[in-house]
Parts: sequence; structure tokens; C-alpha cells
Amino acid sequence: MSTEARAESFPAADWGGGVLPYHVGHRKLGMWLFIVSDSLTFSALLIGYAYLRASNNWPTPFPFYPSIVFSSVMTFCLLSSSLTMVFGVSASSKGDKAGARKWILATIFFGLSFVVLHLIEWRHLIHEGLRPFFLPEHWVQAFTTVDGIPPTPAFGATFFTITGLHMFHVLSGAVYLGVVAMRVNKLKHEDVEISGLYWHFVDLVWMFVFPMIYILSVDMHGLLAK
Amino acid sequence: MSAHAEEHFAGSNKLFISIWGWLILLTLIEIFLAYRPMSTKVMLTILLGLSVIKAALIVAYFMHLKFERLSLVLTVVPMLVICILLLFIFFPDSFRSAGLRYKFQEPQPVATPTPEP
Repeated sequence: MSTEARAESFPAADWGGGVLPYHVGHRKLGMWLFIVSDSLTFSALLIGYAYLRASNNWPTPFPFYPSIVFSSVMTFCLLSSSLTMVFGVSASSKGDKAGARKWILATIFFGLSFVVLHLIEWRHLIHEGLRPFFLPEHWVQAFTTVDGIPPTPAFGATFFTITGLHMFHVLSGAVYLGVVAMRVNKLKHEDVEISGLYWHFVDLVWMFVFPMIYILSVDMHGLLAK
Repeated sequence: MSAHAEEHFAGSNKLFISIWGWLILLTLIEIFLAYRPMSTKVMLTILLGLSVIKAALIVAYFMHLKFERLSLVLTVVPMLVICILLLFIFFPDSFRSAGLRYKFQEPQPVATPTPEP
């Protein structure tokens, strides 16, 4: 703490070594840098999606039920899991290991419900005939423009890639939190907080995936219902 | 004092619950907007605006960045924003390729081409 206090009075001495320039441990800084690089992965995917969408006739096939209802409940699950994670980190900061474990298990529960709901939603679409490189025949008919331009099959590729990569993040996050919950007595508070950072990041990504993939592809005119 | 000060986790549970409430509210607004008739551009702008607000709430309060040292914020946030904005350089090409593809499809309707002699 004395080095810390000295560094506070001489800002330039932060870089002299032996102190924490960002006031966070190296693990936490590493997680922040990982989060930055992973956000760039998702940004690139979402911008690639926007690129394809702007240059093609894009189908907007999602019905209110099941797609929008499911994705809204999934959003609720993920937001709630972030809240329980914050409670877990808060409990851990007070030294309440049992409370932290309880809240982290609640987080895992919400995360896994997200994955299960998402897989059911995927199953609906796969049953309709959506594939990474093919659209269902009735979608092609419904969304072909008056000029005869068919909807692009890139819809399936972007949908499964982006939501699939996000689902993989949720799943690996649940495994990560499972390990943290198991070892919470041996871990430092900062380690619990770092797992929380990762989990909130997964939630944050969904805040962009949900409007861009789901809300903007709602079948507003009921083209598929006909 | 030192150990306790370092492990102090700022923000009360009440604050976090209210942030969660705001996030749910913004999500409901997004779902409501999905069924408003408006052009895709306007809709995209509003939705992305709401998403950025939600992301900022999550990063600031849930990820605790608001309570970290400013140097960490300045290391993490600006370069990410700049890198994402740099990716926007691809969009003119996207609009161009849409124009190319669809303009040249129009003059050829259903007419069957005559076979070469």
C-alpha cells in the first residue's frame, strides 16, 4: 500500500514498476484486453452481416411466435443472469463465499436456460428448412421482389454464425462459472470479479445481436403467414 | 484498511436492480418498435442508439468500469470505438455492389435468349 500511496502522489512514477498503473491486477487487465479483442470479433461479424444485408434482397422472416417471443425471453434470462452475477460478486467482496456460490449457480441456471431456449428456436428454423446456405422454398417465394430478385441465402449463414458463436460464448461462460463456483473458497475476490466481467460481456454482445438479427428481421407484413 | 479498501465493491444492490429495470425497459421498447411501420434506416438508427445505451449501462455499472481508474477506461474504450468505426469503411462498397447487381438485372426480363447459330 505504501508504494501505491507514493505512486498516487507522483503520477509519472506509475510506470516505474512495482505498482499497478491501472489499479487492477494483471489478470483483470488481461480479461479486459480479451474482452476488447472479442468485441472486435463480434463487431466484425455484425458489420459483415450489415454489409451483406445492405447489398442484397434480405428476407425478414421472423414471426411473433415463436421467434420474437423466444428471443425476448432469452434476453430476459441473460439480463437477469447479469444481475445475479453482480449479486455474486457483491457477496464475494464481503467475504460471503457461500452467498457468492449461490448467486453464481443462479447465473449458470439463467445462462443454460438461454442456451436451451435458443436451441429450441434454432430447431424451429431448421424444421422450417433454413440451412446455412439455403432458404426454405416458401421463404424464397414470399420474399422474391416484384423485379424477380430472390432473397439471399446468406441469411442462414449469418444467422447461424453469429448466434452460434454467441451461444458458444454463453456455454463456455457457464463452464467457466461452474469452475469458479466449485473453487470459490480457494479463489481470491478478484478472480470472481473477472469471471463476472466475462459474463457481462456475453450479455452485452447479445444486446447488439438481438436487435440486429431478430428485431430488424421481423415479418411485419405477415408475408409468410399467407 | 488496505485490504478492505481494495476489495470494496462500489454500488448497492438497489442500484443494480434499478439498472436491470432500465435494461428490461429498453428491451421492451425495442420489441415494441419492431412492430412500428418505419423505414429500415430509421429503425436501425433508433435500435443501435438504444443498444449503445444498454451497452454503456452494462459496462459502466455491471462491469464496474465507472468505478475504475480513468486510465483503464481510456485504455479500453476509445481504441475499441475507433476500430469499430474503421470497419465502416466497407459500407460504400456494399451500397455500390447492390447498385451494380440490381441495375443490370432490370433490363433483362423474362425474354428467352435466342440460341447462337
